[in-house]
Amino acid sequence: MKIHEYQAKELFAAYGVTTQEGFVAHTKEEAVECAKKLSDKAYVVKAQVHCGGRGKAGGVKLAHSLSEVEDAAGKILGMRIINRQTGAEGKLVRKVLVTGAINIKKEYYLSLAVDNENASVIIIASGAGGTEIEEIAATKPELIVKQLVSPMMGLRDYEARYVAKKIGIPKENVKEFIAMLKNMYRLFIEKDCSLVEINPLVETEEGKLVAIDGKVNFDDNALFRHSDIAELRDIDEENPKEYEAGKHDLNYVSLDGSIGCMVNGAGLAMATMDIIHAFGGEPANFLDVGGTATTERVTAAFKILSDPSVKAILVNIFGGIVKCDVIAEGIVIAAREVGLNVPLIVRLDGTNVEKGKSILKESGLKIYACDDLRSAAKKAVEMAH
Amino acid sequence: MSILINKETKLIVQGITGGQGQFHTAQMIDYGTKVVAGVTPGKGGMEVLGVPVFDTVKEAKEATGANTSVIYVPAPFAADGIIEAVDAELDLVVCITEGIPVMDMMRVKNYMVGKKTRLIGPNCPGIISPDECKVGILPARIHKKGHIGVVSRSGTLTYEAVDQLTKNGLGQSSAVGIGGDPIKGTGFIDVLKMFKDDPETYAVVLIGEIGGSGEEDAAEWIKENMKNKPVAAFITGRTAPAGKRMGHAGAIISGGKGTAAGKVATLEACGVKVAPTPDRIGETLIEAIKEAGIYDKCLIK
Repeated sequence: MKIHEYQAKELFAAYGVTTQEGFVAHTKEEAVECAKKLSDKAYVVKAQVHCGGRGKAGGVKLAHSLSEVEDAAGKILGMRIINRQTGAEGKLVRKVLVTGAINIKKEYYLSLAVDNENASVIIIASGAGGTEIEEIAATKPELIVKQLVSPMMGLRDYEARYVAKKIGIPKENVKEFIAMLKNMYRLFIEKDCSLVEINPLVETEEGKLVAIDGKVNFDDNALFRHSDIAELRDIDEENPKEYEAGKHDLNYVSLDGSIGCMVNGAGLAMATMDIIHAFGGEPANFLDVGGTATTERVTAAFKILSDPSVKAILVNIFGGIVKCDVIAEGIVIAAREVGLNVPLIVRLDGTNVEKGKSILKESGLKIYACDDLRSAAKKAVEMAH
Repeated sequence: MSILINKETKLIVQGITGGQGQFHTAQMIDYGTKVVAGVTPGKGGMEVLGVPVFDTVKEAKEATGANTSVIYVPAPFAADGIIEAVDAELDLVVCITEGIPVMDMMRVKNYMVGKKTRLIGPNCPGIISPDECKVGILPARIHKKGHIGVVSRSGTLTYEAVDQLTKNGLGQSSAVGIGGDPIKGTGFIDVLKMFKDDPETYAVVLIGEIGGSGEEDAAEWIKENMKNKPVAAFITGRTAPAGKRMGHAGAIISGGKGTAAGKVATLEACGVKVAPTPDRIGETLIEAIKEAGIYDKCLIK
């Protein structure tokens, strides 16, 4: 799960990671009120959306007066941030964060993530902050410092000191840096984060270290034990179909093609997308109905798949232990309920497959039943054209 | 022969009193698996499907001589279940549970270093050694005893692959689902090593997916070590967009790493035949074993 920058900064503040004061506004008038609460002479107005690249897209503006704040907020609110992270439709900006401007002497990059291979936490840091870490990795990989941290021992002072030295934190700030990094680590562990990132971490002209941006992502599987974090979820930032699917325990990802897919199992669902593509079609989605596809789930899945861009629906169920007749009944009920107006191609395999096929046949619905993945995918591509 | 599990396996089912646990226990018993005990805290003394239930894994092991356990415990408690099985010094734990927090698995993985127990999974379909033993949720009926080893990160895609093998007259020595999570007990190479050492396995099918570098590492290992046993592979997720998690927590392309194209290229460079589409996994393996001159030997008699 992702959260906004202002929410990340609130967590930083609660954990003793130095950040700036700031307030959130939904209108330009509110933005001015926010700025009035700050003691600074210059302000920064920042779009609050779940994507990076806001600065380049014009979503971050410097303002030297209250009227400039109003002007900046007016321009940013309602704009769409469009870049490779957001896809073609972009992200609508619904709120802005207003903070004071800071005199920057140097920018650093600092983050914590999970290193799967080593089953450890990893610190990634760089003296070349401010730009995306992927860009630093591509252009100046020698400037990236990595340090594994054992989850059994926790972050040791020497590890933090090593990172500080490697990225060039001034001597007088090292103590402050170690404390900051340890607090970030505590946040990472205590809240089951998948990413805690400060970019940039700024060394100010006044000689202080301040997080002027913040990004925190969480492990969805651990939200059950963090109700405070689950409350930070912003549904406006999510794809409505993906959100709806999530409510029914369906794994769904929107894509741009014309063939709707409903498959049991994530691996087989990806494989179904791949074979559609190989035969010249384009999948409209990834959809895993899970190992136990019930009538309720199949119906919900059908509703999510029903979209004007979908020209054919391919159902690929390798029953395994699930009985095909149960699946077939679910498909028939769902197709009737939702109102099927595109060709439906069904590949069923597993226990009671014959029974399942006859249920589909007797339903009177226009269903193409196929025996294997290849013929089903070919048929779906043909029907979608 | 087979790997990991066989006729001698004595199995404990952790979470036997739950819906999933009961259903699959019945299926496993039906297949001939020796389910000797169940464990559900607080339900010791009960019986489920004729299987005695214990409060702890340690008690279950002491009373029955079990050497393996399978976990159907819900995600919030699954890490605890794994640790309990490790502390009871079982040889093998198979964790079916999906959705265990990463932080839990990180600690489990570190805790298991130097311990006796091997973990398969989590978020996996389990293991089957046809005609001998089944531990997990794999559909028994599609499997036939034979000489092809199968190792996979996916569940239903494994069934698809096995089904293609069986329909082509190729049986399996064992099929192992290692699971779709980013931090897991056993990786491809560990299983490949076992297949290499198993005299009854003549060839291997490897099913990988986007995310991580397990397939690339396996490819390099195969090149050096599997000279006498051909390996065919399939990588799913060629059309998956970057930055999107495709169901499995581990199936995500991030920072340009873990792409299907990269994995396929590495496998092919290491001499592994890769099926271009999922319907051709069986055909690709047949090509590989024909080239190695062992096709007839692999066929089910």
